[in-house]
Amino acid sequence: MDNRNPSGHSNKGEALLEVIGAKKIFTVQREIFSREPIRIHALNGVSLTLFKGETLGLVGESGCGKSTLGRLIMHLEKPTEGRILFGGQDILAYGRQELKGYFRRVQLIFQDPQASLNPRKTAGDAIGEPLIIHRVMHGEEIRERVSVLLETVGLAKDSIDRYPHEFSGGQRQRIGIARALALQPELIIADEPVSALDVSVQAQILNLLKELQQSFGLTYLFITHDLAVVRHMSDRIAVMYLGRIVELAENRELYSRPLHPYTRVLFAAIPGLYPGKPHRRILREDPAARFTTSAGCPFYPRCPERIDPCKDSNPELRERLPGHFVACHLDIGQHPVQ
Amino acid sequence: MPQLLKVEHLSAVFETSQGVIRAVDGADLELQKGETLGIVGESGCGKSALALSIMRLLPSPPGRIVSGSVFFAGRDLLLLGSEEMRRVRGRDISMIFQEPMTSLNPVLRVGDQIAEVTRLHRQESKRESRDHAVEMLHLVGIPDPEKRVRDYPHQLSGGMRQRIMIAMAMACNPRLLIADEPTTALDVTIQAQILDLIERLKSENEMSVILITHNLGIVADTAQQAVVMYAGWVVEKAPVRELFSSPLHPYTKGLMRSLPRPERDYDRSALLPVIPGGVPDLYLLPPGCRFQDRCGRVMKLCRQREPSLLEVSHGHAVRCWLYHPETQADQPAGAPGRAERGYEAGLNGHHHG
Repeated sequence: MDNRNPSGHSNKGEALLEVIGAKKIFTVQREIFSREPIRIHALNGVSLTLFKGETLGLVGESGCGKSTLGRLIMHLEKPTEGRILFGGQDILAYGRQELKGYFRRVQLIFQDPQASLNPRKTAGDAIGEPLIIHRVMHGEEIRERVSVLLETVGLAKDSIDRYPHEFSGGQRQRIGIARALALQPELIIADEPVSALDVSVQAQILNLLKELQQSFGLTYLFITHDLAVVRHMSDRIAVMYLGRIVELAENRELYSRPLHPYTRVLFAAIPGLYPGKPHRRILREDPAARFTTSAGCPFYPRCPERIDPCKDSNPELRERLPGHFVACHLDIGQHPVQ
Repeated sequence: MPQLLKVEHLSAVFETSQGVIRAVDGADLELQKGETLGIVGESGCGKSALALSIMRLLPSPPGRIVSGSVFFAGRDLLLLGSEEMRRVRGRDISMIFQEPMTSLNPVLRVGDQIAEVTRLHRQESKRESRDHAVEMLHLVGIPDPEKRVRDYPHQLSGGMRQRIMIAMAMACNPRLLIADEPTTALDVTIQAQILDLIERLKSENEMSVILITHNLGIVADTAQQAVVMYAGWVVEKAPVRELFSSPLHPYTKGLMRSLPRPERDYDRSALLPVIPGGVPDLYLLPPGCRFQDRCGRVMKLCRQREPSLLEVSHGHAVRCWLYHPETQADQPAGAPGRAERGYEAGLNGHHHG
């Protein structure tokens, strides 16, 4: 397989999923009397590849399009433009039967297990439901499989007949994970899986996700706004800003040599655990220009390092160092050393 | 530095149909003029209830302050009449909350909402309070303040709304600002802006700040003093540097260890040291220490008697039997926490090594 697809990842390993030039435009009627609906480019030409067994972290602030990308991959939304290939096949061309097969192989873990679990169904029902829908098992078999899954995610066996409200937030997230595992998927999209959890419980869930990946050879697309969590979890990391990937690199490479000014601002904004650390870099403005599409770089209005060309031309995501992709007009040499 | 606030043995309960929750149980804290105190803890630890109790804004019923005192500039706020307390709020002490949208009135222009504060507390005329509102928006870094005063809350972004809240809170130049998770709903870059804004206003106005958060990083970044709460208790209290370099309480230590650290190199197979279990149900607290079921160093005594908050070195207090003189005899020489200083050492090793 040609690994140098438009997203250009010259990576080892076999591509499991490829997103090629994905765009998603939502139209919103904002003013009652305005004729033109507003077009929001939630995704503005995103390409990336997920390799088998890796964790790709997708990090960015609210509205950057990271969840939209997850929804496109889950086939919950259709891209306005672009293709999504799973094992080389276009998922948008799938028929009913193929789609059902796809849904077995790709699963989603949600942010808020409180909202994603039906309060009237027991943990056992919730976890066993995919097995019934996909008719892979029947009756007593399902119950057995559910008990195994409960054990896998670290829940007591008697949880099977209990209802969501009887569990803590962390335990509910474990139920969500068990449900996602039920059909033995290959790819799991985890959308902010620990953001709603207490700090002391976050670590438990992150550990569980790592252990499950090890045991089952899972591939993760790990979506988060938390830069400490993404560093702990991801082999490679893509940084998104206003519907575009602005930087993509291996974990260590990105954190030791962030090239895009936005990435550097993000890193500098992480509250550190050292009292008296040097001060944060501050962006001047809110991303107010969010819904307008100008020809220039989307980060131009806020960029602390902008240069003339940034105003009128939007930089492509290019490989500037081996495996390190950046969408920025600055030369590598122009990026100040951190 | 002169003391601005001293909270002594403050206890507040919620009386519900399911029973009584001791939401804040015997809290002690002090705040000096011009300092920031960080109160950190997980959900249900009582940090918000503590703040609301200081403001005497605990919703009642079901909430009720049962004992203790809150000395603010020498006066016990708990003894003030409600009219007097109302004058203190907004003028001397202000509060901002996590979600500005729930505290702003959606049908009033933001300028009018700010103006209302100074009209009430400073008897400013309509005209004066209007100009004052514009000035406040300018102060909190909102571009185009003359225009923005006419905006309604929904026309502004989350970061801008939080600035409006801060402008409102700051309008009467309070001596104490209580900020309850002020940046939790915001993006990291906006969070940095808001924290910087609070910092700037604090130093320009000689204000003190109580910053309530679940985020240890924010406490490290902005506070001079810190309080760690767990299940209604203050379990540790120390100057920030001391807390991060030598945490004593097993909960504080566990919490710090369990955080993924942005500065730590990636290791695919690395797992985080976890605190087992979850936050206890406040209706079903066991006798003794509230952290006992999650503590790696639990002793028999911990399951029998509640430890008290005890000062172990200057300004550093901890609520744990491990450090109590009664139990020191059982321990090897030296306070056990000191022996385990490794936290910052390990951290620095990572950083410089």
